Amino acid sequence: MKQVLLEIADNKRIAPSVFKCTLAGDVSGITAPGQFINLKIDGCYLRRPISVFDKTEESVSIIYKTIGRGTEILSLMQAGDGVDVLTGLGNGYDISLSGDRPLLIGGGVGIPPLYYLAVKLIEKGVKPVAILGFNKKSEVFCEDDFKAAGCDVFVTTVDGSYGIEGFVTDAFPVEYSFFYTCGPEPMLKAVYSKTVTSGQFSFEERMGCGFGACMGCSCKTITGYKRICKDGPVLRKEEILWAD
Amino acid sequence: MGRLSVDLCGIELDNPIIPASGTFGYGYEFAEFYDINILGTFSFKGTTAQPRFGNPTPRIAECSEGMLNSVGLQNPGVESVIKDELPKLRRCFNKKVMANISGFSVEEYAYTCKKLAECDIIGWFEVNISCPNVHGGGMSFGTDPAMAAKVTGAVRAVTDKPVIIKLSPNVTDIVSIAKACEEAGADGISLINTLLGMRIDLKKRKPVLANTMGGFSGPAVFPVALRMVYQVANAVSVPVIGMGGVYKAEDVIEMMMAGATAVEIGSANLVNPFACKDIIESLPAVMDKYNISTLRELING
Repeated sequence: MKQVLLEIADNKRIAPSVFKCTLAGDVSGITAPGQFINLKIDGCYLRRPISVFDKTEESVSIIYKTIGRGTEILSLMQAGDGVDVLTGLGNGYDISLSGDRPLLIGGGVGIPPLYYLAVKLIEKGVKPVAILGFNKKSEVFCEDDFKAAGCDVFVTTVDGSYGIEGFVTDAFPVEYSFFYTCGPEPMLKAVYSKTVTSGQFSFEERMGCGFGACMGCSCKTITGYKRICKDGPVLRKEEILWAD
Repeated sequence: MGRLSVDLCGIELDNPIIPASGTFGYGYEFAEFYDINILGTFSFKGTTAQPRFGNPTPRIAECSEGMLNSVGLQNPGVESVIKDELPKLRRCFNKKVMANISGFSVEEYAYTCKKLAECDIIGWFEVNISCPNVHGGGMSFGTDPAMAAKVTGAVRAVTDKPVIIKLSPNVTDIVSIAKACEEAGADGISLINTLLGMRIDLKKRKPVLANTMGGFSGPAVFPVALRMVYQVANAVSVPVIGMGGVYKAEDVIEMMMAGATAVEIGSANLVNPFACKDIIESLPAVMDKYNISTLRELING
């Protein structure tokens, strides 16, 4: 983890209520795909944890949906504005587990962390299949990014207005070596029950600190209590215990 | 003794800055961010006899200038703390630590304290009789002078180390509770624990916290905390540790002017992991600004 002052290079809407923001500065704290950054936003007491969409040597990009006051204020920030950010939080996905044909399964704003993962897998010489799920055509984003990175991409929409009609689980290929997923909990549960290989899930929870101090985001797993922010957000399929 | 040093129940602290229980784990994780030996000490995660997961999530909610938590004393239990957590702490901390303990019966408090009393690294006990999260447990001890005294006496009986009782602000008369603890043998009083609060999610029309209510902390509570520290410090003769919404050096000085001997920093650590380091480093310049030569001169000044 590093605490750094980043400068917004770009912050624009890419789909209804969905924004992409690029922040420039020291991003060396980010060491794995699937990690997140925690942004201090003026007017909010707690930081806002948002997953890493992409990273270069000198910048990090995030994609977020405006769902509350914090993300709304963030969406109004402009190029040149400074943000106090904790970088490199969470364990991230493990690319060594991928096998030769991994499946990336994302739903809505759960899709972004899978992009940097795709980039890292392709760097490793592995060609992933990406299944990107949305409710309808107007909400689709990032399809071109995954294609340009070199993934085979399938888009699903619940109403059938674009791509394959249905849920991400309706687009599973016959064979895959491993899977990585992130998205809303009902989707994660469907992925959990319909996948036939091992895989890694990225979870979301309301956090206090984001770096393991407050125990605000703990969950129960087969292997004991885990903090989503520090021991996660990525958990192996075999250790998940669904709460309910 | 340096400009910043204070005496807390017979043990000298290099400075009065103490990360508060529940915001600093068992310390070693913050040692990845900075050398935690610069702290006066810290109060470790509230420890109970048995391991606890705590309350269901979500258990964090935001407020204006503050937050709610309903973590509910998640901890690995006293045996694991002694076997797993304290050895990790010893590798990065060469001072005495404050052991924060909680329980659901008088016997449990005494049991947990007795187990930890054998650990050399523990300098003080901070007894949480006030956690508002645990049904039927902590709350009742901290809201009744007789029960608070009973817990104090039970812990007092099993250790020679200083026993500091951490008070709940969710009471009608905090002074009567503080006095009862002092009379039962407490070596110090710390306050305030979190204020019981609540938020509702307008979209869901349901409480934000799965536990409905939680403890309110952060800068918003500072004036309430300061007032209670002032009242208690004027009513007891044992040292008082002030806490509640402190996030900058000026707040520390204000707490000490109200009568605190040392100051705990809680929520600020969660927003800025370097909060305590920043406060310690900025204290000398702020003291200069207000013509304060030593912090000791402020206490009860």
